[in-house]
Amino acid sequence: MSNSSNPGARADTPVKAAAVAQPVDTPVVALGQARSVGEVLAQSQVEEVIAELDRDLVGLAPVKARIRDIAALLVIDKLRINLGLVSEAPSLHMNFVGNPGTGKTSVAMRMAQILHRLGYVRKGHLVAVTRDDLVGQYIGHTAPKTKEVLKKAMGGVLFIDEAYYLYRPENERDYGQEAIEILLQVMENQRDDLVVILAGYKDRMDTFFESNPGMSSRIAHHLDFPDYSIDELLHISQKMLTQQNYVFAPDADAVFKRYLGLRVQQPHFANARSVRNALDRARLRQASRLFADRDRKLSVDDLQTLTAADFAASRVFLQADDRPDA
Amino acid sequence: MMTNHGNRLTQGQFSYLPELTDKQITAQIEYALGKNWALGVEYTDDPHPRNTYWEMYGNPMFDLKDASAILTEINACRETFPNHYVRVTAFDSTQGVESVQMSYIVNRPKTEPGFGLTRQEVGGRQIQYTVHSYATDKPEGERY
Repeated sequence: MSNSSNPGARADTPVKAAAVAQPVDTPVVALGQARSVGEVLAQSQVEEVIAELDRDLVGLAPVKARIRDIAALLVIDKLRINLGLVSEAPSLHMNFVGNPGTGKTSVAMRMAQILHRLGYVRKGHLVAVTRDDLVGQYIGHTAPKTKEVLKKAMGGVLFIDEAYYLYRPENERDYGQEAIEILLQVMENQRDDLVVILAGYKDRMDTFFESNPGMSSRIAHHLDFPDYSIDELLHISQKMLTQQNYVFAPDADAVFKRYLGLRVQQPHFANARSVRNALDRARLRQASRLFADRDRKLSVDDLQTLTAADFAASRVFLQADDRPDA
Repeated sequence: MMTNHGNRLTQGQFSYLPELTDKQITAQIEYALGKNWALGVEYTDDPHPRNTYWEMYGNPMFDLKDASAILTEINACRETFPNHYVRVTAFDSTQGVESVQMSYIVNRPKTEPGFGLTRQEVGGRQIQYTVHSYATDKPEGERY
């Protein structure tokens, strides 16, 4: 399985210009002769990516449904083109809104793969950027910087994380506006060269679009990433542990579930990312627990099991004044 | 006898063919990218055959993976220097090779005066020959 199957969590450092999907050969010629949905699906292998998305990412039902809809539209469009029915190149720019850690970056990577397999982007790589990569520090610095990034993203997907930072209404001389204008121009005129995906928190993105109607009208797909439920978070944590060759002790997952219940109510909860951090801290505690016992021979079981105590020591329980082991 | 009709500069690849179209250039770029070569855009107004080092337009594009991005750069260079020679080079960074693998002209001045043959008589009535670009009689920037 690919290493990007971290469920719902994004990589710590966004992969810059990482080639996500480089299939051996692009079945362009065969795709041009396809006459049925099945043929397009078989030849583009897009179903594989969608199935992988279903399997690897927990929850996110509305997002998955939207992606399936978009894929269906693209497949039908391919068939229409094959039969000579002219339709304008669809606008594929997207907007992902959701709280932190809800899987926006992971989904963007899959999206790049889907678009590549259907031939809507030529290379299928994902370039993840933030305001710093686009906006310059002095007059005349922004345009070349933005263009540089756009050139890098050509043939793939440009993922702008926390896109609302581009627009700073409090400073009317802010160079962000210049970057937005260049982006808009490319989004309109070079639709077949690259697809832009904006991402950010819902309320801030809404304000961003209100003040940039040009941007809003050029984005066809708005995908809302819901927060995960406690059960989904637990499912995610199990996947993460399996990946790292750890397991919950029989009673530990119940404690972790209570931990999640308390943590969700606290501020700065970042969904899958918080889950990963909590697991990392539990690993830390497990390590020092084992470390304290110098002369003990440690078995595989000892080394891979996270016990209830490793989770119960969390300060989340302290603050909640609700020690589970008391 | 004129050996080079129309005084067309024939340097690098494809120089005996009609001008490459953008589509053909894109295909050549894709070939180079497929071999993992880095593309660069260079220009000059002194196309003497021994003038190997033309000016670089921007940096070599090691980080670009798509032909349309490179074509954008080529077009930007053509726009900036409409009356210069512009060539595209593809550099192979493989250790042991480390040299240019492709080089072709994508823009040339409207009129190309060509080269004159200069004869110099030296000791013992020996003749030394060299070529000289008529354009370089004028100062830089006013040559074409």
